[in-house]
Amino acid sequence: MKFLFDSDTWQEIYSSIRKNKIRTAITIIGVMWGIFLLVVLLGAAKGVENNFNKIFGDFATNSVFVWAQQTSKPFKGFQEGKSLTLKMSDLESIKKEIKGLEFVVPRHQTQALTVNKFKTGMFGVFGDYPEFDKVQKRNLVYGRFINDNDIKEKKKICVIEDEIYKQLFDKDENPIGQYIKINDINYNVVGMYKEGQVGSGGPQGNIHIPFTTFQQVYNRGDSVGWMMITGQPGFDITQIEADVKLLLKTLHKVHPEDERAFGSFNLGKEIAKVTGFLTGMQFLTWFVGISTLIAGVFAIGNILLITVKERTKEIGIRRALGAKPWEIKRHIILESVFLTSIAGALGIIFGGLVLMLIDATMGQGDEAALTNPTVDIPVIIIAAITLVVLGSLIGLIPAHTAVSIRPIEALREE
Amino acid sequence: MISIRNLHKSYPMGKDSLHVLKGLNLEIKEGEFVSIMGSSGSGKSTLLNIVGLLDEHDSGEYYLNNQLIEKLDEKKAAILRNKFLGFVFQSFNLINYKNALENVALPLYYKGIGRKERNAIALEYLEKVGLKDRANHLPNELSGGEKQRVAVARALVTNPKVILADEPTGALDSVNSQAVMELLKEINRSGMTVFVITHEEDIAAETDRIVRLKDGVIISDEKTIKKAIV
Repeated sequence: MKFLFDSDTWQEIYSSIRKNKIRTAITIIGVMWGIFLLVVLLGAAKGVENNFNKIFGDFATNSVFVWAQQTSKPFKGFQEGKSLTLKMSDLESIKKEIKGLEFVVPRHQTQALTVNKFKTGMFGVFGDYPEFDKVQKRNLVYGRFINDNDIKEKKKICVIEDEIYKQLFDKDENPIGQYIKINDINYNVVGMYKEGQVGSGGPQGNIHIPFTTFQQVYNRGDSVGWMMITGQPGFDITQIEADVKLLLKTLHKVHPEDERAFGSFNLGKEIAKVTGFLTGMQFLTWFVGISTLIAGVFAIGNILLITVKERTKEIGIRRALGAKPWEIKRHIILESVFLTSIAGALGIIFGGLVLMLIDATMGQGDEAALTNPTVDIPVIIIAAITLVVLGSLIGLIPAHTAVSIRPIEALREE
Repeated sequence: MISIRNLHKSYPMGKDSLHVLKGLNLEIKEGEFVSIMGSSGSGKSTLLNIVGLLDEHDSGEYYLNNQLIEKLDEKKAAILRNKFLGFVFQSFNLINYKNALENVALPLYYKGIGRKERNAIALEYLEKVGLKDRANHLPNELSGGEKQRVAVARALVTNPKVILADEPTGALDSVNSQAVMELLKEINRSGMTVFVITHEEDIAAETDRIVRLKDGVIISDEKTIKKAIV
């Protein structure tokens, strides 16, 4: 390997590359284009993925919502059309019976007129447990979310969305510690959060109050409006969904095949569709990128092959002067590796610059199509290594051709 | 130095084969100045290629520097060429994107000699052929005679045992031809074996011994008379 650090080796390569500038430029552009496309496509795909993550990031992706409806089949003496209501005791049973659960969060929901001084608005009001913050992360700007003490003491406090702040408060006013009236009951504002891209309560804005407070104020007894269930990593959320519904049917004396008694929405399943699309897109990206790369490397091999034919006589002279076949081979392979490496480095640099440009023009703000389009360093390293390996492999072909021509034939070439 | 016994060589020509060398016997001692003469197709170039290890013979024995040459792989042949042989070609065969100095230094590169030493030796040999001031010129900036002198310097630079010259004056006018022949004579006087291939009588006459080839056999092998006079 000593020859790699020998300035003479590089001098030889430099002079033969310099000899044909156009060929060198075209060769470099071929491979550069390949790795450039790979970097840009991967970066863009990553940007789209980041964007989806930004939109869905606030949700636990392995979660399912379950609520009660009406039966559609008679069972055990009950007629069809029986109204069902979830109870707090159902939650305890679910927690006890079903394996692989992370959180079971009960919620209540209503709409209410909300007043702050002279400003009013209709907003969604939710009764929540502190765990809700874990299932659906609230990005708190001021204050805190509901805590256990609020639940225990049924405190009249609320956490509001920034949308409500905009509608009910003056600009630059600190909402914390202020009182707002929801259905003529005063609530102390303890927190304000910024809603992510997907709101769950429509455009009006949401207010969260302690679950127990909600039960008392709106006379809901120990009923539960609906619940959010999240599974632990490694457990199939679709299976959990089915298990929970079957358990609820047993508890509420509903026909096991009654499909309408309990409604559910499997967020995991919906998001899996999107991520499946993302995976497909990434596969496509890799496929296109690597194919282009291979095409580029073949272009290098092809051009080197042509040059070797052009240089047959020169190679013959060198061999007459005592160049060993291996030295000729090494020279051509090194040339190939050198060209691919330079091209690869340029492609990565240009790809990075274009990603920066994309980020600057399309990646800013809430409406951005791409968020933080990046390519991981290991991916770049792997791509670079692949290039060098492919470069040396493709260099073998012209190198072999160069050596297989006997010096006497090479010298006869005019 | 060179010893050839019953050497045969044929080239395949489609289904048939062309028998070029038909049992040659030749003995060249160290320090001799030999020319091989013959019309085209007589097999003289083939002989030179075999002697120069650029081609392989079919049968017979070839000793170079008392070493039997048989079944050489390319690597060994390359080493032997580099060590024992220096080539001068009719068409000069300089590498056109390297300057005179780099061309002369190239055999030393393949010998594994470092850059500084290599260039110093190359310059020394360029001086010997009178082209020191042309060291940084590319081949296309040199005249035919100068090119051939650079080629001679390149052949000499490894200090080989034998100089093989294939029609060294074939592409030169008579003045330059004479200059190159003088150079070869001088080299011979320093003790190097010189082996020239030519079809020109006056060039052959400058050498010490003329071997005439016809249809793959040696028809005559005699010392030149001029040598006796001098």
